[in-house]
Amino acid sequence: MATRKTASRASAKPNVSADELKAYYRDMLLIRRFEEKAGQLYGMGLIGGFCHLYIGQEAVVVGLEAAAEEGDKRVTSYRDHGHMLACGMDPKGVMAELTGREGGYSKGKGGSMHMFSKEKHFYGGHGIVAAQVPIGAGLAFSDMYKGNDRVTFTYFGDGAANQGQVAETYNMAELWALPCIFVIENNQYAMGTSVKRATKSPDFWERGAAYGIAGEAVDGMDVLAVKAAGEKAVAHCRAGKGPYILEVMTYRYRGHSMSDPAKYRTREEVQEMREKRDAIEHVRQLLLTGGHASDEDLKKIDKEIKDIVNEAAEFSKESPEPALEELWTDIYADVAPQDA
Amino acid sequence: MATEILMPALSPTMEEGTLAKWLVKEGDTVSAGDILAEIETDKATMEFEAVDEGIMGKILIAEGTEGVKVNSPIAILVEEGEDVPEAGAEGNGETAPAPVALETSEGKADPAPATAQPAPATAKSNASPDWPEDAEMVKTTVREALRDAMAEEMRRDDSVFVMGEEVAEYQGAYKVTQGLLDEFGARRVIDTPITEHGFAGLGVGAAFGGLRPIVEFMTFNFAMQAMDQIVNSAAKTLYMSGGQMGAPMVFRGPNGAAARVGAQHSQDYAAWYSSIPGLKVVQPYSAADAKGLLKTAIRDPNPVIFLENEILYGRSFEVPKVDDLTIPFGKARIWREGTDVTLVSCGIGMTYTLEAAEQLAKDGIEAEVIDLRTLRPLDYDTVIASVQKTNRCVTVEEGFPVCSIGNHLSAYIMTHAFDYLDAPVLNCTGKDVPMPYAANLEKLALTSVKEVIEAVHAVTYR
Repeated sequence: MATRKTASRASAKPNVSADELKAYYRDMLLIRRFEEKAGQLYGMGLIGGFCHLYIGQEAVVVGLEAAAEEGDKRVTSYRDHGHMLACGMDPKGVMAELTGREGGYSKGKGGSMHMFSKEKHFYGGHGIVAAQVPIGAGLAFSDMYKGNDRVTFTYFGDGAANQGQVAETYNMAELWALPCIFVIENNQYAMGTSVKRATKSPDFWERGAAYGIAGEAVDGMDVLAVKAAGEKAVAHCRAGKGPYILEVMTYRYRGHSMSDPAKYRTREEVQEMREKRDAIEHVRQLLLTGGHASDEDLKKIDKEIKDIVNEAAEFSKESPEPALEELWTDIYADVAPQDA
Repeated sequence: MATEILMPALSPTMEEGTLAKWLVKEGDTVSAGDILAEIETDKATMEFEAVDEGIMGKILIAEGTEGVKVNSPIAILVEEGEDVPEAGAEGNGETAPAPVALETSEGKADPAPATAQPAPATAKSNASPDWPEDAEMVKTTVREALRDAMAEEMRRDDSVFVMGEEVAEYQGAYKVTQGLLDEFGARRVIDTPITEHGFAGLGVGAAFGGLRPIVEFMTFNFAMQAMDQIVNSAAKTLYMSGGQMGAPMVFRGPNGAAARVGAQHSQDYAAWYSSIPGLKVVQPYSAADAKGLLKTAIRDPNPVIFLENEILYGRSFEVPKVDDLTIPFGKARIWREGTDVTLVSCGIGMTYTLEAAEQLAKDGIEAEVIDLRTLRPLDYDTVIASVQKTNRCVTVEEGFPVCSIGNHLSAYIMTHAFDYLDAPVLNCTGKDVPMPYAANLEKLALTSVKEVIEAVHAVTYR
């Protein structure tokens, strides 16, 4: 985290406008309030199965989306709600998928871990740890094959970083100079196993060197540092220099999933992160101390977010369950949907 | 004493090869271990060493000759002082006539040596014919048919590309992708590192991104490393995304037992893949079906498992010379009509089935032989209609017996044609053991013509 010498922090901050900073605040707050609401709905029995919340990690996706352009692709694991909101997917559709309703992004057939948006170039939502990594490289391959300059953000966690297919993918990505940004969201715990209990080589980004892939560690609690690193990575990929690894040092406040008692870390550790390193509070202070926003401006944003989230929650309750015939649809395609 | 040098077998399934180049000439002195010639097999070009010493008396097979049968004489070695046969003189009676060297240009005919496998039975058309009945037929190997299918589809659609181990510069581990690199270049014919899990997943991502990947596995045994990407990512995404995106792609390669390669290289995965909703599964037997079904597979907007067979690669069949041969999925082919028993098979299983049907006919038992061709979708109607006619059924496959394709068909027939059955449905399968290496045990582990005939006698009670 902050003690990591390699992590870039304030020094690498880009110039941003007050409006951009406010937008990041808003986008991060949307994710947090959305996830809090999802936690409530889970407690009420409206959301079932696995539900992995993104609270604490908001600066990662908001910072990187700030570095992305239209047409860039993204793919991630099962902790995916934040990524979907950050790339502009509709909170109503995401929440209704969590409740397993017809109005959800996958018509209620995917659930928390399996959502997609062709329109927003979001390719899932994958439930098998690290399976999205070669898929992300394949998406990047498709753009290279077509000869455009789009890049793919391939997100995975510190747990996935130890999977064999990550090594296989690094090798191919550098071999073929694929425009793929590997984003390792290091939240320090693979479910209940801390990084130091899982590997003797804890600097995940440095593993890229074995394959010739450039990379760096980034302070993931600082949205501006993430954005700056993201822009550097994007420029590297768009210039045809091959893949880039960003190890983004972050922290998950909630348990691995809703059923996680979180006995593997102390309450104090979590509390300290929340109080001293919170990414949203950091931007809030930048806005207030820099005179870019008043308390009242921020309250207005808070209110706006609260309304969006409440509306999403209402929609997710009112949207009907999928029709029974839906059991038998979407097993085979007559036309490939991505061609349609 | 003159010694015949015979065409060597350089791979487990090699039946014939190309004598690519002689490295000695007539009259040269040869020591044991000297490299005599380069032999091209279905997999590779190999150097062929002398076992004995002597003088190269006569070269019987000219370099560049294709289709030289294993164990046929290719040269005569003489001892020092022994007369060298005159150039131009014919061999000694025992020598098989040397095939004529063929031009290595496109469109060459298959040499089709006289001693090839028994000619397959003539297909009987079920419902509609797969191609115009007056189409010119060209003898083609399964290997060439598969290559032609890929080449035609790659010409037709720029988003089609092929990737896998040794598909490009090596020209294919089994030479199925031969010539594709030359025609389509390295952008579309891509050698991968040995990374099955990784490149299968990369292929899925490329399909999500709008391309039409053909992912070749050197054999489907290695695809077990990629099983998660095939099943969890490729097969399920269309459903999980509510129809928003899927993986239009082909996973192909040789499947099942080859010859003498042991337990880890000899498994038939037809039943495994056929149990997965979201996958389509093809297992062709003939070259025409291999071509027409692969073209259909490449155009299909879903993930298709295309199960080839190493032993069938070198077999020749009549393939119609038509502009665009596509064969629909879910349409079985009736190879032989009969009234006494229904034999259902596909892929390599058809070799046992057709041979058994021929022998049974001599005993007055007329078997109807159905080649399913695709296992998902499966042409249940053709099977049921036939069982309603014959009242008996035997299935034939090389896969393991537990949860086999035959088990599934038996259950289906019991459910849908119970009252028509005059005997239990019997399944001829591989044995419930890992594939042994020893030749006699390997033969025992696979099903056989004899087993099929016995099963037919059992169900016909005669």
